[in-house]
Amino acid sequence: MAATAARSPQRPITMGRAQRMGAVFLVVGVATLLFFGRGLEAGQTAKFGLNPGFKTQAVQIPDLTLPVQPTIYALGAIILLLGIWQLVRGFRSPEALLGVVAFCFVFAFLTWAARGKSFNLVGMLSSSLVRATPMALAALCGVMSERSGVVNIGIEGIMLMSALAAVVVATVTKSLYLGLAAAILTGAIIAAVHAVMAVSLKVDQIVSGTAIIIIGTGASSFIAARFLEENVNGLNNSGTFPVISIPLLSKIPLLGPIFFENGLIVYLMLALAALTHVLLFSTKWGLRVRAVGEHPRAADTLGVNVYLVRYVSVILGGMIAGIGGAYFTIGSVGRFDEFMTAGKGFIGLAAMIFGNWNPIGAFASSLLFGFADSLQIKLQILRVPIPSEFLLMAPYLVTMIVLAGVVGRAEPPAADGQPYEKH
Amino acid sequence: MDEDRVEAESTPTPARAEREATEAKRSRRGFSPRLQAVLLPVLAVFTAFVIGAIVIAVTDTTVVAAYRNILRAPRAALSATWRAVATAYGALFSGSLGSPGEIFQAVQAYRSTGDTALWLKAIWPITESLVAATPFIFSGLAVALGFRCGLFNIGAEGQFGIGALAAAYVGYSITNAPRLVHLPLAILAGALGGAAWAAIPGYLKAKTGAHEVVNTMMMNYVAFRLSDWLLNGPMKAPGYRPVTPNIEMTAALPRLFADPVRFNAGFFLALGVAALVYWFLFKTTLGFEIRTVGANPHAARYSGMSVTRNFILAMVLSGALAGLAGASQVLGVDYWVGQGFAAGYGFDAIALALLGKSHPFGVVLAALLFGVLRSGATRMQSMAGIPIDIISILQGLVIMFIAAPAIIRWLYRIRVERAEEVVLTRGWGR
Amino acid sequence: MSLVLKLQRITKAFPGVLANDHIDLTLEEGEIHALLGENGAGKSTLMNVLYGLYPPDEGHIFLRPRARVGATPQTAAHDGLVEVKIHNPSDAIAQGIGMVHQHFMLIPPLTVTENVMLGTESTRGAVFLDRSDAAKRIREISQQYGLEVDPDAYIKDLPVGVQQRVEIIKLLYREADILILDEPTAVLTPQEVDRLFSTVANLIEQRKSIIFITHKLREVMEISDRVTVLRDGRVVGTTSPQQTTQAELAAMMVGRQVTLVVRKKPATPGEVVLEVQDLQVMDDRQNLAVNGVSFEVRAGEILGVAGVQGNGQTELVEALTGLRPIIAGQVRMLETTVTRASPRAILEKGVAHIPEDRQQDGLVLSCPVHDNLVLCNYYLPPFAKGIQIQEDAVLSTASMLVDEFDVRTPSVFVPTSNLSGGNQQKVIVAREFSRPVKLVIASQPTRGLDVGSIEYIHGRILDKRDEGTAVLLVSPELDEIIALSDRIAVMYRGRIMDIVPGIGVNRDYLGLLMAGVEASEAAESAPPTMEGEEVVERVF
Repeated sequence: MAATAARSPQRPITMGRAQRMGAVFLVVGVATLLFFGRGLEAGQTAKFGLNPGFKTQAVQIPDLTLPVQPTIYALGAIILLLGIWQLVRGFRSPEALLGVVAFCFVFAFLTWAARGKSFNLVGMLSSSLVRATPMALAALCGVMSERSGVVNIGIEGIMLMSALAAVVVATVTKSLYLGLAAAILTGAIIAAVHAVMAVSLKVDQIVSGTAIIIIGTGASSFIAARFLEENVNGLNNSGTFPVISIPLLSKIPLLGPIFFENGLIVYLMLALAALTHVLLFSTKWGLRVRAVGEHPRAADTLGVNVYLVRYVSVILGGMIAGIGGAYFTIGSVGRFDEFMTAGKGFIGLAAMIFGNWNPIGAFASSLLFGFADSLQIKLQILRVPIPSEFLLMAPYLVTMIVLAGVVGRAEPPAADGQPYEKH
Repeated sequence: MDEDRVEAESTPTPARAEREATEAKRSRRGFSPRLQAVLLPVLAVFTAFVIGAIVIAVTDTTVVAAYRNILRAPRAALSATWRAVATAYGALFSGSLGSPGEIFQAVQAYRSTGDTALWLKAIWPITESLVAATPFIFSGLAVALGFRCGLFNIGAEGQFGIGALAAAYVGYSITNAPRLVHLPLAILAGALGGAAWAAIPGYLKAKTGAHEVVNTMMMNYVAFRLSDWLLNGPMKAPGYRPVTPNIEMTAALPRLFADPVRFNAGFFLALGVAALVYWFLFKTTLGFEIRTVGANPHAARYSGMSVTRNFILAMVLSGALAGLAGASQVLGVDYWVGQGFAAGYGFDAIALALLGKSHPFGVVLAALLFGVLRSGATRMQSMAGIPIDIISILQGLVIMFIAAPAIIRWLYRIRVERAEEVVLTRGWGR
Repeated sequence: MSLVLKLQRITKAFPGVLANDHIDLTLEEGEIHALLGENGAGKSTLMNVLYGLYPPDEGHIFLRPRARVGATPQTAAHDGLVEVKIHNPSDAIAQGIGMVHQHFMLIPPLTVTENVMLGTESTRGAVFLDRSDAAKRIREISQQYGLEVDPDAYIKDLPVGVQQRVEIIKLLYREADILILDEPTAVLTPQEVDRLFSTVANLIEQRKSIIFITHKLREVMEISDRVTVLRDGRVVGTTSPQQTTQAELAAMMVGRQVTLVVRKKPATPGEVVLEVQDLQVMDDRQNLAVNGVSFEVRAGEILGVAGVQGNGQTELVEALTGLRPIIAGQVRMLETTVTRASPRAILEKGVAHIPEDRQQDGLVLSCPVHDNLVLCNYYLPPFAKGIQIQEDAVLSTASMLVDEFDVRTPSVFVPTSNLSGGNQQKVIVAREFSRPVKLVIASQPTRGLDVGSIEYIHGRILDKRDEGTAVLLVSPELDEIIALSDRIAVMYRGRIMDIVPGIGVNRDYLGLLMAGVEASEAAESAPPTMEGEEVVERVF
């Protein structure tokens, strides 16, 4: 009985897990070849457009034309190889590999879907970013709130009410900026109610969040039915934020059209992702927030005002969610429809978990979900032989799969969801 | 290592006890815990109604106009308010319970001419309330059962929908079967459909710890899309409406009165199932396990219970109950399934479970109340122009007040006793 | 010697409990003042009042004013003290009072620097954290007081002894002059305790004053200058080690004459009940917590597992009770292999488990007492027929158990949360011992309990052993282990360092093993067994 206790953080997880991953890769590889590799005509190509529809770039990049059969076979083979290697040897971090396998699979799928046709890849990536925006904002709201220890699942309700407020105020005042301000204010107010319930009244936070969803959904539909239907032009017709092109940067091939040609709210989202990250990890305030979320009593004994920190975090999160709500109306279609958020608030929560309660991670995960969302639209356009309803399910199924794979390992802040009782 | 509760072992948590003591000093009236358990939900509903009245008044243009002149004609403002609220709530109640006058006339008519038509018309509102209450009983039980195990089943809506489709399928695709076989089979199909739909998030929670709130929500959306596809495709009736064919009458729950009254055996089935759930939860070993897992999964594990098995069991049963809700609606009331069939039942069910304190009998009472509200709301919309969504607002308020009894207690100055609280949830599934 | 602190008639009541009853206490400069009392006597409450976590109902706090630039000079009373009001920890910190809590107030995912500077963060431009500035100050303090620590390390990677140093640095970083240490030795090996005591001596040399909360008589005698004994919220007396004995202090603590010796009959071990071979178990963070452990427990004997908390004992117990997977090795109970058995199967084999955390793992606090009493066998006859619960059987058994095990409760219907800690533990003992058991696994069975309950539980465990049951006792309280065990195993970093007979065992030998010294080496410094009378001490 020699050896001291083994501390081996670098060891791959137990043999069983690694083998299961390998098996999963193998299955995916086989599926790739089976579903996408059959019935292909030789010589068929898929054309991936790499320029946006509108011409703003400095340089036109030639389209990427891939021969379908070889591409799919190659991708399938790569996945199979990775699977075999994983089974036999096991990689240091199977998660990164999972990303590679997923990428290959999706790329093979796209190649198959686009066979014989052309397909604007840049356009799709650009729309992924746009579609990811409300989810990312919802995720950021969740991060702000949960990092301080308060679970907020009512984001859906906040976004609906903010969307409504934005469009009504924008229509009435003819100012989109005032509409945005109204959305932020609405988000702050509803979040404040949640904060009172969760922090001061120490209510079960999931219940409080559910109440907010119900009231938010009901109230927004109520107001829409009561007032907006009769007076569309006076109350429900705001126009939307125009696309703003950032000079110079938008001319960068590929990245330019995706990141630097967007509406205001998208830019706000990008800025907020970076800002919240800096706020949480490099500022005095951020340290206190994280401390309160992990061990509120410790922070309390050092003189940090736990209640205040939680209130502010939740309300700031609510404001971010307000911007997310504004996206749906003044950032997208210029009018309010009942239930128009369609679960994006929840998907934002999944993105937050997948991103490990980290603003940049949440943003990246939202991009993934945005991709799934825009994928199903593209596939409908490509007339892929899968019923559209199933494609519409894609974002939700992806969310569930992601959660299943990740939750065991992602760790929320230790005091998340627990009301703080001052001794 | 968790916090040591050394101090807490000889005293109740000082802060909590202190909080309650100061509240006791502040308030004036005291009530026994038993009485409070009934009083608080009643007051919560009452307060929600009051706020609802305010919403009705505030969104009524005539009332707002009257208030513009409040200084010159205060009476007019008040009477306008009263009129708006009274019309709205009056419509609510007459639409849900019927008016005594009509009933009286109907009885007269029957006595003199044997004509039942008026009678049927008179009892229509109250039977409609009971009809509306039936799926509420089932879905409220579904969520309540989940709560008892510490699970938050927001997916009742999806399970409802899938259950309805399954029951409808069995209902219309089997012909020439005797009612004795067909009806139970259809009901069973509904339960199984809902159960299967809930099993997936249940399994995911048990094996991966993924929180059932997000997963059941996702399953709702998937169910929505799936039913879209089914109703436009494989399960579509001939014609161009996306609905299923009508079920055979041998699969229908028998009605107790002639048309147009839709009151059917489903109501009694619901009551029976409620009693069954009560027996299950409180008188059986399985129910004991579920409740223990809900109250303290650690202790449950330590004493040999399988937490994962109970999570799955509770979700499956919960889904089955929600599926029954859908089945009862198809087999007893509509006889076909269309889009948006399940809309709203999911969140309503949560409010029901909370209002009924997750106890089958409480849920039944709450469901009756909601049935009244639902059937009255249609009247309210047609007569007083109040959108149905006001019900959602009322429900959300009720949930808030139940979840935060402190608000009600503060409003009405009620003293606190250490009341029992139903354990609900614990953060993100760890 | 001048006074730095005076507490006058401090009173603090919670509903139903008078935690502090007009307590007077003084602290002199450069003194180590021990605050002694059994669990629940009010020691922590008093210090929490001083630290601003609770407001006192009555009473006053006097402090020696700190010389601060620009502060208005205050008129001091004749003893040099000025009254202060402490409303929250920030006030206490500002007044130079610091507290190291029994359970560390450290945030595991953050670094040492971040933990230390929380609340008084050094910033660049008033917004951005300046970690290097804080780290520099931490290094200075480390040097000055001999408290070695790496400012950039994450708390979760640090061993407990080092974490405690971080806690002390937190206080010094804020220039505390009065340090309150709440049960600081609870989580340390005897060697780490010595290290702590020398740190304390160092602090005293630097003119700090220390209040030392403890329930351990030995420590009081060894290190304190004066000691104040609390009992039931009142001061029983203040004295000094020179003027008293352990026995006297014990009597003051408990209120009656206490025999310090446990009389137990010699053990008559029978067949092997539990056999563990080369057991390996992982902890939650995928590290090997139990690394090749082998031992056996016979019927009619108590095997005590000593060791500081966190060396794999928790995981060992969880593995033996089926709550944690075993990745290598074998467990056999009475000739049957149970390595892969489920918790229920193990319970059914005749194992009683008294868990470490009674409130989280042992009881369902919101449920009535009668439910908790049948938590392990509710599904068996006579409590259940098929799936139907037989309520009459449950209730009558519950009443009987409550009587037999002296559980003080108004009825069997009250929620178990209403009971005191000692009675809650008795419920667990009643439940476990009333089943036909061949093996008892007891993990920290008397943690946080009052003396009466401790005596009771020890008595029942010894009774079980005399009846022929095998007992595996796991406890970080060395005194408890020595008092009760027939054989003692020491665990360190997942291994058993040695197993020695309990009679005449040498405490120092055990201490060395607990600190990781190999058995052969330890035996050279301290013989495992001592000759002479079997004097065993009571646990306080």
